[in-house]
Formats: sequence, C-alpha cells, structure tokens
Amino acid sequence: MFDAKTRPDLPAKPGVGYKPQHFTDILENPAPVGWLEVHAENYMGDGGRPLAQLRHLAERFPISVHGVGLSIGGEGPLDPDHLARLKRLCDWLNPASFSEHLAWSTHGAEFLNDLLPLPYTDATLARVVGHIDRVQDAVGRRMLLENPSVYVDFTETNLDEIDFLTEIAARTGCGLLLDVNNVYVSCTNRKTGWNDYIDRFPHHHVGEIHLGGHDAQADDTGAALLIDAHGSEVTDPVWALYDRTIRASGAKPTLIEWDNDVPDWPVLAAEAARAAQILNRVAA
Amino acid sequence: MNQSAFRAALLDPDRPVPPGVTDPEGRPAGSRFDVYRNNVTASLTEALRQAFPVIRKLVGEEFFTAMAIAHVRAHPPRSPMLMLYGADMPGFLAAFPPVAHLGYLPDIARLELALREAYHAADAAPVPADRLAALPEADFLSARISFAPAMRIVRSRWPIHAIWAANAEDAPMPRERRAEDVVILRPGFDPAPQVLPDHAAGFLSLLQAGHPLGQALAATPDFDLTATLGILLSGAAITDIALETAPC
Repeated sequence: MFDAKTRPDLPAKPGVGYKPQHFTDILENPAPVGWLEVHAENYMGDGGRPLAQLRHLAERFPISVHGVGLSIGGEGPLDPDHLARLKRLCDWLNPASFSEHLAWSTHGAEFLNDLLPLPYTDATLARVVGHIDRVQDAVGRRMLLENPSVYVDFTETNLDEIDFLTEIAARTGCGLLLDVNNVYVSCTNRKTGWNDYIDRFPHHHVGEIHLGGHDAQADDTGAALLIDAHGSEVTDPVWALYDRTIRASGAKPTLIEWDNDVPDWPVLAAEAARAAQILNRVAA
Repeated sequence: MNQSAFRAALLDPDRPVPPGVTDPEGRPAGSRFDVYRNNVTASLTEALRQAFPVIRKLVGEEFFTAMAIAHVRAHPPRSPMLMLYGADMPGFLAAFPPVAHLGYLPDIARLELALREAYHAADAAPVPADRLAALPEADFLSARISFAPAMRIVRSRWPIHAIWAANAEDAPMPRERRAEDVVILRPGFDPAPQVLPDHAAGFLSLLQAGHPLGQALAATPDFDLTATLGILLSGAAITDIALETAPC
C-alpha cells in the first residue's frame, strides 16, 4: 500500500498532451490550458532539446508524466531498467501526476508498442496489483491507472471492469485515470451502456480525466467498431459523456489527447476551451 | 488465452485469432483482433519512418513501408525506448536481397542511428576554444581529451556524407565512389554530420580510447590536424583537457 505524500496536484482545468511543434505557441498563448502531459518514454534520453524544452515548460506549468511502456498487465515481471528510467525522470521533473495503463505491451524481451488487453479474473487482478505495488515502491510515487480502450472480449473474463479497477485502487492505494473516450469506445465495442459505466464509476478515486478522438469502423458482422485513434476532435457523444462525468464527479483535471495528425495550436486550444466551458459550468 | 499466443498472432497475420479472444457474442474476434495487429505494425513502422528519413528517400516511401513491416516482424523492439529503435536496421539492410545493389544503405542507416543517439545524448559544456592552442608543446603532447557525449564517428567505404546530404539537404548525389569518415557533433541541440580529413577518424578513436595527443599523433599517418581540431572546436566537442601532472 502506497503512502500518499503531500504534493501539488494537477489543477482542475484543461490540459493538453504536449507536442514539440506547439512549444512556442504554448509559451506565448497558453489559455485556456493550465497544465501539460508528456509521454514518459519520449523523455528518457540523457539530454538535448527534449529535456531542455521540458525543463523550460515545467518551470511554467504543472506536468503530468504519462507512461505508455510499463506493461502493467503483462504476464512477466516488470522491466527493472524501465522502472529505473521512470524513477529518474520523476525525480528530476517532480511532476504533479504520474499515470500508466491497464494494459500490456511487453512480452518476453519484446516491446510491441500497443496497449494490449487482458482478461479480468482473480489471477490477473492479483498480478496487476503486484505490479502496481512494485511501480509505486520503485518510483516512490502514487500512480493513476487508466481504463483501456478494448476491441475484443475474453471468454475467461469473469470480473467486471469497474469492479476490477476499484479493487486495484483499494488494494494498492493507486488512483484512477478515467479516459471518457475509452469508456465510449469500449462500451460501444462491447455493446454495453456507456452512461451506466460512468454512473457506476468510483469517481472519488479519479485524479485525472482524458478526452480524445476516435475513428469509426465496422467488424465482420457489420457491428460498430470504434478505434481509439487520437487523431481528430473529441466527438459529440464523448462530450456529452464528459458532461455527465463532471456532473457526477465535480471538476477534475481534464486532458485533450491528440497524438496523430497533430493540428495547429488554435485547434487544440479550442478543444481545451470546450472542456473548460463544461468544467466552469459545474464549478459555478 | 496466454500472452504468448496473443503475441504470436499479432506479428503473424497468417495465424488464426488466439482461442478465447472473442466479439461480444462470444464468436471468434475476427477483424476486431486485426485492430491490434494494425496498431502494432503501423506504430512500429512509423517509428522506423521517423528514424530513417534518408533511407526512406533513397528507396522510396512505398518500398520503405513494405521493408519496415518485414523489419518489424523480424526485429521487434527490445525496449520501450523507441527513440533508439532500429539498431538492427544496418544488419537487416545488409542481408535484404532487394537492396543488395545499394551497398551503401547499411552505412547510411548507421549514420542515421548515430544522428539520433547524438540528439538524445547528455548535454556537456565545451572548454574555451583557445585553451588547446594556448598549451606549451610538452603539455599539448601529454594532454588527454574528453569529448562531448553526443560525439559519434561513423566510418565508411562509401561517400556516406555526400549521399546523406543529397537526400537530407538537396545537395547533388555523388558521382563517384570514395570512402568518407563522418563525425557527428552537436554544438547546440541539432546534431550535424561533417566529413573528417583522411586518417582523422583513427586519430580521434585513439583519443577516445584515452591515449594522449602525442601518442595518437605518432600512431596516425600524416593528416590534417589543423582542420580536424577546427571541426572539433567549432562543434563544441572538447569538454575537458587533462594534463599529465608531474610526479611529486
């Protein structure tokens, strides 16, 4: 169980995933963005421009470090070298938040660079809990765990995803990162209700919310198959679900993720402004 | 479902979807599983596209993508540090029959790998540019040089700098075959490759191995020391000069 220390939290404002092409725009015209998120793995080099830019931004904005390579849902042990790199980055940056995914991406010595799904069972629950304990011990921080976008089901799954996440938070002391786009994508793909998912979610564990765009396809049977693509605007149904989320949970730090076909700064800032409207309405 | 079966099917499109992976009605997942296949292949192919822009230009986008997919399946990354993914590319190119006629490709890949390593290398402050020139001759000959962590040397039997420049900077392609040794230095944040004078790469390797200047000079055939030192100084490459201290 991680003993949460007092440290500055992310503000309950919109943030954006930082892209180097926006460096100057962010410094000159940040509104309404109140914080930035970076992918941990992009800042694990020894120096050069990436770390210099990040240091400059960290003096001006709260930073969230979001890992995409730890493979917390993996069958094998966590990579001690990667844990050491994460600790080095977090010690250097002292970010306001550190988060990772309920997924796996490493198998044996191979890194597959995708957030791969796992069945939800007592055995996988115990494994994920053990890994999160190890991460929080090694990095020396409480982490947030993000709900995944999934495209398949597993016959062996016998635990509900929300129960699974809630139990992990209870056993490890970690917080949760609620990705509202992932909820919409996964519930559509699983043919379950997204409003019900949000209504049942343990919002008191949530330290951060993610919003992003998705692509729409169809599976072999013609059923809707949504892809968590992060390459476009947040869709209207996801904004509606976010509104429902914020009404249930109160204002939370909310990230706009846009990782592919990255737009010019004003387009991204407009997405953040739309999140700010919803946050402000609830706060008012 | 175990992750070995899932992984095996991910990188082999001819394998069936692993048992126990289904759609919401419990039928085999079919094209739903292909989302993961596409994500893995496309994201790693994109990592290679970004890592090897000059190779891409030399072989063409379409060919590069097909080749990158073959590379991804044969050599998946062995670390989440994708900024360094591609170390197997020179060997892969050397053994890939469709590019056997482009004998310089492996060395161009080594040059592009070295540029990326230099980009992410640790920062280091150079010594003042006049410090080396101000040394008395005896001190100069006994001096041991420390280099910036970003410095890389790539030696080749091909004109790799000219080929790189023709594709990265729109210079003309070289017309004749000649050997070129390249040093990569990063005086600011942007690594820059430069051609070294003949024999200078061997000289610098001796200095990197810790030999004093005098020994390295004596072991190197006649070469343009002034030009070599000029490249090092303008590239902020020298971070320390250690002199032999007299024994007490």
